[in-house]
Amino acid sequence: MSDVQATKEIDARGSFCPGPMMELIRVVRSSDVGEVIAVLSSDQGSRRDIPTWVEKAKHELIGIETLDGYDRILVKKLH
Amino acid sequence: MAQRVVIVGSGSGGTMVANRLVRAIPEDVRSGKVEVVLIGAESTHVYQPGFLYIALGQAQPEGFKRPETDMLLPGVQWVPEAATKIDPTKKSVQVASGRTIEYDFLVLATGSVPDLDAIPGFREGGHSFYTLEESLRLRDALQSFDHGKLLLIIGVPHKCPVAPLEFLFMYDDWLRRTGKRDQIELEYTYPISRLHSLQPVSDWIDQLFPERNIKFQTFFNVETVDPVKKVVYTLEGEEDNYDLLVGIPPHVGAQVIRDSKLGDRDGWIPTDRLTLKVKGYDNMYAIGDATDLPLSKAGSTTHYESEVVVKNLVHELQGEKPVVLYDGKIYCFIEAGLDQATHISFDYNHPPEPSNPTATVHWFKLAFNEMYWLSLRGLF
Repeated sequence: MSDVQATKEIDARGSFCPGPMMELIRVVRSSDVGEVIAVLSSDQGSRRDIPTWVEKAKHELIGIETLDGYDRILVKKLH
Repeated sequence: MAQRVVIVGSGSGGTMVANRLVRAIPEDVRSGKVEVVLIGAESTHVYQPGFLYIALGQAQPEGFKRPETDMLLPGVQWVPEAATKIDPTKKSVQVASGRTIEYDFLVLATGSVPDLDAIPGFREGGHSFYTLEESLRLRDALQSFDHGKLLLIIGVPHKCPVAPLEFLFMYDDWLRRTGKRDQIELEYTYPISRLHSLQPVSDWIDQLFPERNIKFQTFFNVETVDPVKKVVYTLEGEEDNYDLLVGIPPHVGAQVIRDSKLGDRDGWIPTDRLTLKVKGYDNMYAIGDATDLPLSKAGSTTHYESEVVVKNLVHELQGEKPVVLYDGKIYCFIEAGLDQATHISFDYNHPPEPSNPTATVHWFKLAFNEMYWLSLRGLF
């Protein structure tokens, strides 16, 4: 996964509202098809919620990288 | 030589920064050593949380309006024009008349705007309470709505993240008191997997919705509205019908930010979460809805941010380092009915903990609706 370059990165660490999931939806909506978005999240729920939404919305989850106290979640916009 | 601080945007954040700065360095402003210039297109200052009460027929618009000039302390130089272009290279702001104003320090408080056209069909088929005009239109629609399904949809991003809940709880309460609740179905939808971004708020309303008989759907991001069939379609592939559609439109940043290429595609300004400096610009701050920070777009956010920005401006005007940091603090009231409310506060490191709604908090919220005008003047 480390060889995948994100075109946009959202630092949503410490964001309780709107939170990482909502920030991802915002950026996906304003991105071009094919762009890869990285979300930095310290919210444990993101590990479950983001992949669920990505599957439901038919985008692609490239991967989840666990770093120092937070996750880096990579999502590709498919349509 | 005088130093000039120019503030673009005369909403809550811009007005607070201007007044707080004049309060912080009265002698420098009086002597002309520092000039504080506020640029804004609106001659009337509107307290936007009032729209909720207007839509529900609980208040009139006049109570939420004041002339902007009445809100400004002596020493603030008021430019009642829209900013049209910001040039960081020349350190200048152009206004609608063509005049150019140079700055030493710039504060961007340009806010956000609900985009009624972001969801095709919404302008024709839906109602909102995020502008004065829309809240009056919704008030009329609610007064003639006597049976059917009210569907609430929420766009991303949007300001005042608790307002949709307040709207439903207050409307539910009003319907019950008037004996009309049985004729009206209430359905709430939310873009993510839970009922609110804030987990404790989500847990709280998870208990409250069954008690209030409010139905809900999650992972619900509306892409289009068919105003003829009265159906919404989501990007997750779902559809739902309605008789009255109330929506919080997705918001965008200010036109001047997009025209000046200072923001991303939607006009949000890249901002440092601690210093509130615009990324890449040492002499520029951004606050409130205008930033790209993952924070609630709310008056409370810009209120606390304005304290930080003013302290750092004072440091910098005196040749010192801007060492004061924003901790992400936000405070919100949440109306839970017509005479009950709760409140939450949180920051980057501490999640909120809502308590049970009380009449006392509701009355404090109503009191704050008046105290707002004092906070605007930088009194607290």
